[in-house]
Amino acid sequence: MSVLVYIENIEGTFKKSGFEAVSYAKTIAGLLGEEVNALSIGAVPPAELEKLAQYGADKVIKIENDQLKQFINQAYAQLIANVAKSTGAKTIILSNTFNGKGLAPRIAVKLDAVLCDGAINIPAIAGDVWTIKKSVFSSKAIATEELKAAVKVIALTPNSVETKEAPVPAQIETFQSELLSNDLATTIQEIVRATDKVSLPDATIVVSAGRGMKGPENWRIIEELADVLGAATACSKPVSDAGWRPHAEHVGQTGLAVSPNLYIAIGISGAIQHLAGVSSSKTIVVINKDPDAPFFKVADYGIVGDAFEIVPKLTEAIKAFKN
Amino acid sequence: MKILVCISNVPDTTSKITFTNNNASFNENGIQFIINPYDEIALAKAIGLAANGNGKVTVLNVGEVSTEPTIRKALACGADEAVRIDAAPRDAWFVANQIADYVRTNPYDLILTGRESIDYNGAQVQSYVAELLSLPSVAIAKKLDITDNEATIEREIEGGKEVLTVNLPVVVGTAEGVAEPKIPNVRGIMDARKKPLNVIPPIEVTQLSKITSFESPVPRGTVNLIDKEQVNQLVELLHSEAKVI
Repeated sequence: MSVLVYIENIEGTFKKSGFEAVSYAKTIAGLLGEEVNALSIGAVPPAELEKLAQYGADKVIKIENDQLKQFINQAYAQLIANVAKSTGAKTIILSNTFNGKGLAPRIAVKLDAVLCDGAINIPAIAGDVWTIKKSVFSSKAIATEELKAAVKVIALTPNSVETKEAPVPAQIETFQSELLSNDLATTIQEIVRATDKVSLPDATIVVSAGRGMKGPENWRIIEELADVLGAATACSKPVSDAGWRPHAEHVGQTGLAVSPNLYIAIGISGAIQHLAGVSSSKTIVVINKDPDAPFFKVADYGIVGDAFEIVPKLTEAIKAFKN
Repeated sequence: MKILVCISNVPDTTSKITFTNNNASFNENGIQFIINPYDEIALAKAIGLAANGNGKVTVLNVGEVSTEPTIRKALACGADEAVRIDAAPRDAWFVANQIADYVRTNPYDLILTGRESIDYNGAQVQSYVAELLSLPSVAIAKKLDITDNEATIEREIEGGKEVLTVNLPVVVGTAEGVAEPKIPNVRGIMDARKKPLNVIPPIEVTQLSKITSFESPVPRGTVNLIDKEQVNQLVELLHSEAKVI
């Protein structure tokens, strides 16, 4: 038996969350005494596929098919389930990304599996019953859950486990699989990707700003700080509601939940709804001119003062540090 | 066009989340329940699409009788009728099976849910329902337009967006951008009392997972406040203490 981990690629490249999933699969496979099969779907260069072996994928299975140039959740779920059946995998792991959320429940139905979405730790294994933790109530709590079916699908929250190098010789195999037309009912018309920006769900550092910035024209200093840190930019709900920044940047209870290593909140007071989406960040820095802003209560580091004065200074200090 | 909007009854976004029963259950004491905010977006979109005699909106909730005020609010916003499947919503797998079973005998052109509920944050129901019914789906939609029998949907992808088209019927999880949530007016609230709310029994579903306990996140220590003239000190601490840069 083996553990199957599906690694999503973005235009032929794997992301950090994918390597985290391989490391996670390797640890679980170790507990089970099984091997890790890593599955890639779509056109990915051999050198990129070999990277999966660096993190311990005993075998890399690739599916390249002209019908599958772009992600269609029905078709991808069918292929992942086919590979799971043909390799006898009872544990299927993937990243809980935008695409992963559309895939995991479908795979679970096809394999009569139990699904744990948004897992944040290595499960405790007692025969067929596994105990695992996941974040609930928009990160206001953590739940411990028992998974009872023989087949398990686990969607791993990005940035919740470390990547670990565990090199094995790269062994790449091609898997052939037919698709039914019903699985290809969706037609992709257009993809727009800002390749010059760090994507928010995958970012290890996030620079986020709120109403304290007073207007969209003032975001240049936020972007400059993000650039020097290699960070993604984010914002609070009032900012995206006002149209100062796109909805895709909204983090919080009704926006995106993020858990980067470093979250820098600038001019955000820290309403409970905002904190819900960011409180699992490893380190939180708050810059706010109001010393009573609730955000300071959940921050690791804080500076009380005017963002327009402090943020450019911080950017310069980080530039100097990096040199 | 027949549109089904599946709604969850969730704690208000400002709720303090605590637990009882030896941390095995969510403490509902003093909690105000609302329509899940993402489901409100789905509801507003459905009402907009069905306006001017273009369709009919059914709102569906899997819940006990205590969720009826939330369902009536959805009717007050402009849904035409409601269905309550009479059971505690044990988990996403249970809820999805109830919805799929209902849709098998009551087909819809468009099935909407929110992108996720703000209590269990699973984002599972829409994809479970789609798979159980062999329908296409979009888990997180940012825009949704319907022309004749075709939906054009914009969805979020890492670092950008994707636009896709698909023939109805389709299952869509809606996020911000699809529509602005509606606030019911007095007329809507009056009308809602007369609209049909059908209660139907649940089907049996095998339980595959169970939450055994909850815990609150570990609180952070006291904030380390740094003088605004000493920005360098923050950089040093982020490097040597927090080890994040």
